[in-house]
Amino acid sequence: MFPQILNFLGQADYVNKYVNQFSAEDGFRSKETSYWFPEQASSMAKNVDFLYMAIFWVSTVFFLVIVGVMCYFVIKYRRRPGIGPQPSSSHNTTIEILWSVLPSIILVWFFYQGAWDYLDSKFAPEGAEEIVVTGKKWDWTFTYPDGDQSSELHLVLDRPTKLILRSEDVLHSFFVPAFRQKMDVVPGRYTYYYVKPIKDGIFRVFCTEYCGDNHSGMKTWCHVHKSDAVRKEKTQWIIKDHKAWENGERLFKLNCAGCHNVNGVAATGPALNTIWGMEETLIDGTKVKVDENYISESIKYPNAKVVSGYGPVSKMQTFEGKLSNQDIDFVIAYLKHLKQPGSGDELKAAAPSAETPAAPAEPKQEPAAEQPAPSPGAGG
Amino acid sequence: MAVADTAHHHDHHHDHGEFIAHHFDNAEQQFDSGKLGIWIFLVTEVLFFSGLFVAYTLWRYHHPEIFQQAHVFLDKVLGGINTVVLLFSSLTMALAVRCSQMSNNRGTAFYTLITMVCAAIFLGVKAIEYSHKWDQGILVRSLWAYTTDHQEAQWTLSKQLGISDWLVALSIIPAILLVAFIALSIIARLVANPILSKFFAGLAITVGGYFLGAVGGHIYMLNYEAQSAANSGHAQVAPLVLHADDKVATDHPTAAAHGVDHHHAGEHHDSHHPDPKSLDRDVGIFFSIYYCMTGLHAVHILGGIGFLSWIFYRSLKGHWRSDYFGPVEYVGLYWHLVDLIWIYLFPMLYLID
Amino acid sequence: MATAEVRHELFGHAEQKNYLTHSKGALSWLLTLDHKRIGIMYLIGVSAALIVAGIFALMLRTHLFYGDSSFLALKWLFGEASQYNSNKVYNQMFTLHGAIMVFSFIIPSVPAALGNMVLPMMLGAKDVAFPRMNLASFYLWVFGTGFLIVALMRGGLDTGWTFYTPYSIETDTGVVYATFGAFILGFSSIFTGINFLVTVNTMRAPGMGWFKMPLFLWALYSTAIIQVLATPVLGITLLLLIAERMLGIGIFDPRYGGDPVLFQHFFWFYSHPAVYIMILPAMGVISELISVHAQKRLFGYSFIAFSSVAIALLGFLVWGHHMFTSGQSVVVTLIFSAITFSVAIPSAVKVFNWLATLYKGSIALNTPMCYALSFIFLFGIGGLTGLFLATLSTDIHLHDTYFVVAHFHFVMVGGTLTAFLGGMFHWWPKFFGRMYNDFLGRVGCFLVFAGFNLTFFPQFVMGARGMPRRYASYDPEFQVFHQWSTVGAFVLGIGIVLSFVVLLHAVWFGRKVAGNPWGAASLEWQSSSPPSFHNFDHKPILHDPYDFDSIVYDKGLDTYVLREFMDPNQVPERVPVTH
Repeated sequence: MFPQILNFLGQADYVNKYVNQFSAEDGFRSKETSYWFPEQASSMAKNVDFLYMAIFWVSTVFFLVIVGVMCYFVIKYRRRPGIGPQPSSSHNTTIEILWSVLPSIILVWFFYQGAWDYLDSKFAPEGAEEIVVTGKKWDWTFTYPDGDQSSELHLVLDRPTKLILRSEDVLHSFFVPAFRQKMDVVPGRYTYYYVKPIKDGIFRVFCTEYCGDNHSGMKTWCHVHKSDAVRKEKTQWIIKDHKAWENGERLFKLNCAGCHNVNGVAATGPALNTIWGMEETLIDGTKVKVDENYISESIKYPNAKVVSGYGPVSKMQTFEGKLSNQDIDFVIAYLKHLKQPGSGDELKAAAPSAETPAAPAEPKQEPAAEQPAPSPGAGG
Repeated sequence: MAVADTAHHHDHHHDHGEFIAHHFDNAEQQFDSGKLGIWIFLVTEVLFFSGLFVAYTLWRYHHPEIFQQAHVFLDKVLGGINTVVLLFSSLTMALAVRCSQMSNNRGTAFYTLITMVCAAIFLGVKAIEYSHKWDQGILVRSLWAYTTDHQEAQWTLSKQLGISDWLVALSIIPAILLVAFIALSIIARLVANPILSKFFAGLAITVGGYFLGAVGGHIYMLNYEAQSAANSGHAQVAPLVLHADDKVATDHPTAAAHGVDHHHAGEHHDSHHPDPKSLDRDVGIFFSIYYCMTGLHAVHILGGIGFLSWIFYRSLKGHWRSDYFGPVEYVGLYWHLVDLIWIYLFPMLYLID
Repeated sequence: MATAEVRHELFGHAEQKNYLTHSKGALSWLLTLDHKRIGIMYLIGVSAALIVAGIFALMLRTHLFYGDSSFLALKWLFGEASQYNSNKVYNQMFTLHGAIMVFSFIIPSVPAALGNMVLPMMLGAKDVAFPRMNLASFYLWVFGTGFLIVALMRGGLDTGWTFYTPYSIETDTGVVYATFGAFILGFSSIFTGINFLVTVNTMRAPGMGWFKMPLFLWALYSTAIIQVLATPVLGITLLLLIAERMLGIGIFDPRYGGDPVLFQHFFWFYSHPAVYIMILPAMGVISELISVHAQKRLFGYSFIAFSSVAIALLGFLVWGHHMFTSGQSVVVTLIFSAITFSVAIPSAVKVFNWLATLYKGSIALNTPMCYALSFIFLFGIGGLTGLFLATLSTDIHLHDTYFVVAHFHFVMVGGTLTAFLGGMFHWWPKFFGRMYNDFLGRVGCFLVFAGFNLTFFPQFVMGARGMPRRYASYDPEFQVFHQWSTVGAFVLGIGIVLSFVVLLHAVWFGRKVAGNPWGAASLEWQSSSPPSFHNFDHKPILHDPYDFDSIVYDKGLDTYVLREFMDPNQVPERVPVTH
């Protein structure tokens, strides 16, 4: 074949070098790939592939019918000497409505199925392992709950994982074809990516939002390990044994402790030991869930969402420019740790611990009602 | 041969009415086309501004606090004066259209000129507002440098007049234009072209309107400064905070007395001059939007003056007739839209509370 | 009225006095207010843009022949560059390919070039409503495109044609020049839109109701609505981007609390409707081509007409489907997905109606018809693959991969470029009075068709397998597809060049033809070929644009005429000639 000849002419080295990086079972295109897709490595992949193939076959049938009819007409009614066009009706409302409505029904199903699978893939269950993914021109950094960092992503088989995406500079997009999932990494806000790997191996990670000169070099690997222990052993950490929340505590004492207590007693500002995951009521009566976006926003723009009782104008000054995004992540880890000691500390078990530990100062202790809170940023 | 004859026939563009373009069948079709065209154009203008309105809405929705903190910098009185000036210009514009419909070219010229002068007054007042903000470092988000310690005027001329360097800079081109138009008017009179002479005289008067607005605005600011200095002992003055720079207080003879106690006066200013430290850094975003909106609007005013002077010139030439007044009406519609946009901008930016 | 004279006036040659020979000299062209000459200047302009952007396309396809950016040809061109620099070169090439193709070629191609030439004549008018504005529109196009070229010289442009913030704020390339160019091009497009809306509204021939207009006019009218309503939003967006870059207003810049996603909303609010600016007029061309060259009344006229308007209006409500992975809220995403599906219906309706038009027709397989048929084939694929991208769960996987690249090239190139070429081959005899070599025309069409499929079909497979777009280098598993694609691109390029050569050759050396060589029924074919300066020497006779029964072949004139002007000595025949 033509391309193979060209490979032979100049590119064999390059291909071999690439292929040799992986043993057979890690191969990027192992036997389980289909014609259209890489292997199905996440719980969502099967659904996506099924719907894709459904649309593919429906489209193919439509397309073949259209082109078939077209070719038939072109041959049958081609212009020939002595034969003119034959009269036929040029309008038929019934047939117009039929060919408008019938395809619509199929489209409704596509939409329904697509939306269903999408919603399924959108929300991580409670207790999913949370890994912070930092995109930066032009590499990725992955920060695990215990503060360890690596430059390749390491996941554990069958463990629901919520990636918290953050950009240091421009837009990026986190894409693992084998997971069939993709999410933009947007500077100035957090976005989320949920995945439950169902296959161990090594999978490609791409940046799919154009980010400058070396955009095409901004790729890495996602390793899915059979168990936590294997992961611990195999991962090459950038930073090891370094707890995110401890950093956060240090930063908190330096910057926040003047106004915020962590003993449940309100000071100039509200106490922060139990707020993580709760719903707060704001001065205008709306409610907001305390999550990464809210904390980050409040640190940068204290007046954006002022909690009821501390307004109308917040006494807090902005920490934008004083705390880096990384610092804010550490503070968030600390707040998580305060609410639930053990989190923000070391790797969490796959199943969430049954009971949240008691925090006596706060009377209402039930976790905030789970709701699919869309990102609160502008432009939603 | 008929073909050649008819083609020849069409070469005479004006054979069916002086101002009817060759491709229109009659005056009515031409007028309707122009009117539909200008309306569609106005739709595009509205949509052009709509982007800014959307940006405003989103920012106000998500960050109401910066609007609360920022609006005190805008002077309601100056904004109000400009609103009245523009409303009045809409009236004169409507009168100009009415005159042209009644074949009254003198009236059209007169009212068009008044409209142009109003537009120029508007720009003069705007120049005062802009230059005072720039003096205080009230700039777009990334250049935000608001401070209550004002820079001394750098130019000797500015120092003596007690006016902002920025204002001087903004006034250079109008000053050149003023001289040029007066000169052109005189030259046109000398070469016995009365229409051109009147035209340039009208333009000179228009530029004069700019200086009228600027001087009026400046005097208002001085008065305001004197008042706020006198009131500075009182607890809280209405938050009309945009007041003249300290250099006005120190350099201007009438305010010299306050200048003696400069430091003291500064402290009082702080009581109704927001402390820079108390502001969100994103207050600059409000002014980003403010400058984009009012700047774009000012560009439209400038464009409007251009169109109006074309109408003015053709009025002097006596082009309008009761069966041909389309251009006056089209420019009138454009002018009303520019006014209308200001009617929205004024409360959105100045009257937040 | 002497029938013979009218026959000559309406359907004859016009060698002596026509719009091409009406006046001479460069200035008589550069300052012309004649819509036909402006159309031809646009044609030259957009063709030049097509060639420039096409050369970029071939360069970047060449670059992608090997996955590790090692192709020698580009190193020769740009010096012995490191990997880093070859990425830079590649990024600039795909950006300028996209920006010039979208803003300078596709958007003005059918409306401003073909539309300008045809629209007033189809209406039976002497010109568009505002000829000066029409000329201004052309010069704005020239300046806007000039700014894009200036951007190329001033540090290039590497943001992608979408100018996404914050990268477009940070990069040190000529973003301001390019965005200002696009801003000016937007005004050019608005001027054309206003002109067409007003012309169609007020200057239809007396007695021509809305539903007696050719469908090309419905398409242009719908397009003009979009141009007028969407382009201003692009204008303000680009101005804000310029302000953001030069002053730092902070609205889109996250460093200052701004929101990059807001930019995407603003941008796609224009740029999605802009997709329909590109495809709707092409659909209008196809409606004309199919009916004329099958000599058959269009099936379902009103459905095709209303589907154009429906597409135009629905097009405003679907911009969010470019942002399914951008972090916009889930609810918004669901709504955009649902509305996106609704756009599929009117597009499908058009295709079905075109097919039904062929039924029992007299289908001439000449060059324009070949382009029309290949349009149906390629647009069919382009439209159907849109379903994969409208469906949420599959789009999350396919977004920003080569699948998307292939999809929109099938629509923009397989659709619009094909229709543009088909339209040129269709109206060429009208505007130059000469017929091209039909055989070579069809060869060109086949090369375009085959080359196009070879280029872009492999990209669907790559995309589904996860190959991201805008990658200067890629993993070896995709290499096979990229190499097929590159080979196809060159075939496509040869096909386009051949088509242009065939057309240009005809301008000087083609066989002379009279007014109506195809037996078309819309008004522009009642003028002589080439038309006279004022389009019609004689007032055109109002006629149903799809009533082919009353068009008959006249041997004396070697062209088609209205039945009532048939040479009385001949027996009218309803049988079209075969060339």
